[in-house]
Amino acid sequence: MNEAFRAGTAVEMSPVGTLDRREAVPALVGNPQDWLIVAGLAGTARDTAAMCEPEANYFACAGVMGGAVAMGLGLALARPDRRVLVLTGDGELLMNVGSLATVAILNPPNLSIACVDNGHYGETGYQKSHTSLGVDLAAMASGAGIPAVRSVSEAGEIEEAGRLLREANGASFVLLRVTPDAGPPAIRRSLDAALAKDRFRAATLAAG
Amino acid sequence: MTDWQEDLYRVLKEFDVSQVSYVPDAGHRVLIDRSLADPEMHSVPLTTEEEGIAMLAGAHLGGARGVAAMQSSGIGNCVNMFSLVKNGLFPMLVLVSMRGDFGEGNPWQMPMGQAVEPVMEAMGFVTLRIDRPEDVEGAMRAACTMVFRSGQAVGVLLTQKLIGAKAF
Repeated sequence: MNEAFRAGTAVEMSPVGTLDRREAVPALVGNPQDWLIVAGLAGTARDTAAMCEPEANYFACAGVMGGAVAMGLGLALARPDRRVLVLTGDGELLMNVGSLATVAILNPPNLSIACVDNGHYGETGYQKSHTSLGVDLAAMASGAGIPAVRSVSEAGEIEEAGRLLREANGASFVLLRVTPDAGPPAIRRSLDAALAKDRFRAATLAAG
Repeated sequence: MTDWQEDLYRVLKEFDVSQVSYVPDAGHRVLIDRSLADPEMHSVPLTTEEEGIAMLAGAHLGGARGVAAMQSSGIGNCVNMFSLVKNGLFPMLVLVSMRGDFGEGNPWQMPMGQAVEPVMEAMGFVTLRIDRPEDVEGAMRAACTMVFRSGQAVGVLLTQKLIGAKAF
C-alpha cells in the first residue's frame, strides 16, 4: 500500500473499511438472480461474475470507467418490471460522480446502487483513492438527492442495507466499506463486450 | 421556423424511441421540450454527455431505444465512452447540434466543432450532415433505420447552415 500518496493537507484521513468484500458483497446482494446487474470494471466485475455465473443476468465492464451508474439508469428505465443493481467501486464512481445527480432527479424506484469502497485503485497498484482521503460518497449520494442512502462499515449493518436496496420505493445507494487487504474473487471471464451484451439480452429479454 | 425539429421528433416516435438524454443546447430545444411533455418518453438531463452513451447502452440491454442529444463540444466528453459502442457493437443514435463550423463567431467552439466528424469516425460512427430543413425527415429516417435495424452507431450532425450560426 502506498502511504506516500497523500493529496493535499486539508483533509482528514478516513479509517479504511474492515469488511471482507468476498463475504460482504454476496451478503448485501442476496440471491443475485433477483436482479439485473451492471458491474463496474475491475474488482466489482469479479465480485459480480463470481456471484452470478453461469447465469447471464449481469453486464460487467472492463473499461469505460465512469459509465456503470448511467448504464444502470438506462436499463432500469427500460425494465420497470425488474430491479436493477449497479455494483461498482469507489474509483469508478468518482470518475462520473455527477451520475448520482442524474439518477436522483429521475429517482427510478427499481434502481439500486451499491458502491464497494476499498478506498483504493485496486487494479493499478492500490494507490489511495479520494475516499481514503476524506471524501464520503454516501454523503455525496445524499447531497445529490438520492432518497435512501446507507453507509455500511460493520457486518451487522448489512442486512438492513440489503433490505433498503430491495425495498426502497425510490433510488437507493449503499456504500459498502471494505478492507483493501482482501481482494475480489479470482475468476476468469470473457472481456468481449459484444458477447456479454448478447448473452445478457438472450438471458433477460423475452424471446421475439 | 421550427418545423424541422417537429419532423425530427416525429421520426423518433415512429421508431419507438423511448429514452432521450441531453445536456441542454438551443439546437435541441424542441426535442427537449417535446420529450419532457411526452408521457411515453423518458427525458433525461445529464451532467455530462458521456452519461448518455452509457445510459443508452443500458437501454439496449433492456430492449429499449434511445437517442443522445448534445452540442458538438459534448462529443469530446464522450470519446472514451464510445469504446463501449465500438467494442460492444451497441446500436447508438447521437444527434449533434453543431457549433464551430459554418459561420461560427466564438473561437472557443472551433476546435471541437472541427473535430466532431474525424473523432466520431475514428470511434466507429457513420456521420450524416444535415444542412437543409427539408432534408431532416429523410436523414433522420435513414439514421434510425441504420441504428435500429442494422445495429450501427450513427451521428447526425445538425449543421450551422441548418440551425443558424451564432455570433457569440
